[in-house]
Amino acid sequence: MSSTISIATRPLGTRRTWRARIHATFLRSEALRGYTLLSPTLLVMAFAMCAPFLILVVMSFWTQHGFDFDTTLSLGNYQEVTEEPVYKALLIRSLWISGTTAFLTVAFSYPMAYYVAFHVHRHKLVWIILMTLPFWTSYLLRVFSWKVILGYNGAINSGLKALGLIEQPLEFLLYSPTAIIITLAHAWAAFAILPLYVSLEKIDRSLLEAAADLGDGPVARFMRVTLPLSLPGVMAASLLIFIPTVGDYITPALVGGPDGMMIANLIQAHFGKVNDWPMGSALAIVMMIIVGLISVFYIWISRKAAERIA
Amino acid sequence: MKSVAYIERQNPPLRVYAFLFLAFLYVPVLFLPLFSINDSIYVSFPLKAFTTKWYVQMLDSEPMHAALLNSLRVGIATAVFATILGVFGAKAVTRYRIPGRKPVVFTIMLPLVIPGIILGVALLILVSRLGIQLSLYTVTLGHVLISVPFSMATLMARFEGFDKSMEEAAADLGDNAWWTFWRVTFPIVFPGILASLLLCFTISFDEFIMAFFLSGTDPTLPIYMWGQLRFPQKLPSVLALGSVILVVSFIVVFLSQWLRGRGAPEKIHEGR
Repeated sequence: MSSTISIATRPLGTRRTWRARIHATFLRSEALRGYTLLSPTLLVMAFAMCAPFLILVVMSFWTQHGFDFDTTLSLGNYQEVTEEPVYKALLIRSLWISGTTAFLTVAFSYPMAYYVAFHVHRHKLVWIILMTLPFWTSYLLRVFSWKVILGYNGAINSGLKALGLIEQPLEFLLYSPTAIIITLAHAWAAFAILPLYVSLEKIDRSLLEAAADLGDGPVARFMRVTLPLSLPGVMAASLLIFIPTVGDYITPALVGGPDGMMIANLIQAHFGKVNDWPMGSALAIVMMIIVGLISVFYIWISRKAAERIA
Repeated sequence: MKSVAYIERQNPPLRVYAFLFLAFLYVPVLFLPLFSINDSIYVSFPLKAFTTKWYVQMLDSEPMHAALLNSLRVGIATAVFATILGVFGAKAVTRYRIPGRKPVVFTIMLPLVIPGIILGVALLILVSRLGIQLSLYTVTLGHVLISVPFSMATLMARFEGFDKSMEEAAADLGDNAWWTFWRVTFPIVFPGILASLLLCFTISFDEFIMAFFLSGTDPTLPIYMWGQLRFPQKLPSVLALGSVILVVSFIVVFLSQWLRGRGAPEKIHEGR
């Protein structure tokens, strides 16, 4: 109150105190200083995330006319997505492939993470680096190496033939959903191992000792202590694999063949050869919404299951 | 005490499984260098003879040089920008008690869990609606977006690891915020910054999906390789190029992980 009065009467002297006061509040308010420091990162990330998504949503209501867009809003694209059986079939196949991949990768990675968390005592860091190192190498190259291995004349088929074990190449190895699942499981293994390892490493060892003292054998100990406590890691790992793999189009393109086409190949085609960006946007949004809903449902179900156990 | 010992006890089947798992992770990738020195344009067994001609062919290719240069440019720019943003973000969320810390960190980490193709097409639409030509700049933008989460995570661990009182001591001794940062904070987090730079560089250097949508006429190295895959006779030299990239990224990543490990938080209090 007094400051407004003094501004009116003594404009020059008080302006400085005003500024000093703002400066002092600024220094005192940790939140304000924190946000000032954070602002460049937060603004860049928020803008780079929000702006593209908004325009993606808007465009999904447009219509493609040759090389131009009809910008009147319509639900036509979404209607086509629901009516055209191809889209539905591809979406279901993508979800099925990604779901299977997530399940298998987590199931196979769990013992590995368990081993490093509980049985490796020396050179733990080396093991962790070894487990995660392939993840940092080119995704394209990791997928590509499976094309080399699984191919009709690839390493496995030509190797077995050279050894005289088979006459005809094994055809299921390439250009099939099986090939996609193997390749994806390999490419995303590190995404499963890390959260699993972290959740297992965090488990208080005295709980296991307590269970042992109370007469639980190894199996009961695992089922009643280790597994329930590592469930958050299992959830994180499966979602970290499921969500991005639904949108993968490199793997199906390289090893999937005609039966292995996934929804992301279609989205990519709409932004390329087919040249129908609005339809591609609608497909992308439908895919995201369905993946989001499944993830939320999955988290909800696992929470409920965890409560039941506890 | 038997109950303690069981945790320490070896589990041979599990050990075998762990080694098989590592083999599953590494062996497939090793086929690339193996076939890259095989004297045949078909990638199949039995191996013919040793040759280095695919490497010579690859090194002689002019477009490959251009693509390599493009990738280096984008990679360095991405590493620098993402690390700068990472330093700001990591210092803010670890050094200040700010309200809404969780949603803020969540927003910044979001690109980690969004499928690459969605980010790619969304940025493509934005850029084209704004009338910006696709170029190495747009690729860099996409790469910064996906690198910042990694840079933040690396640097947050580093900032959390060291004692806030050292910064306070510098401030008490008369350094202003700027000098406190350069004389105290920066030297301590430097290994983290270096690790972040290396990590972001590798991410950008190997990245394919964003570059696929956002690159114009100048391809990055992965885009160039993807283009070469259409020609079966070029396959061996693509293998040679892939092997070189693998070796280089293994070294860079190992270095960045080692730097992270070397500056492990416990060690900072003693010695330095």
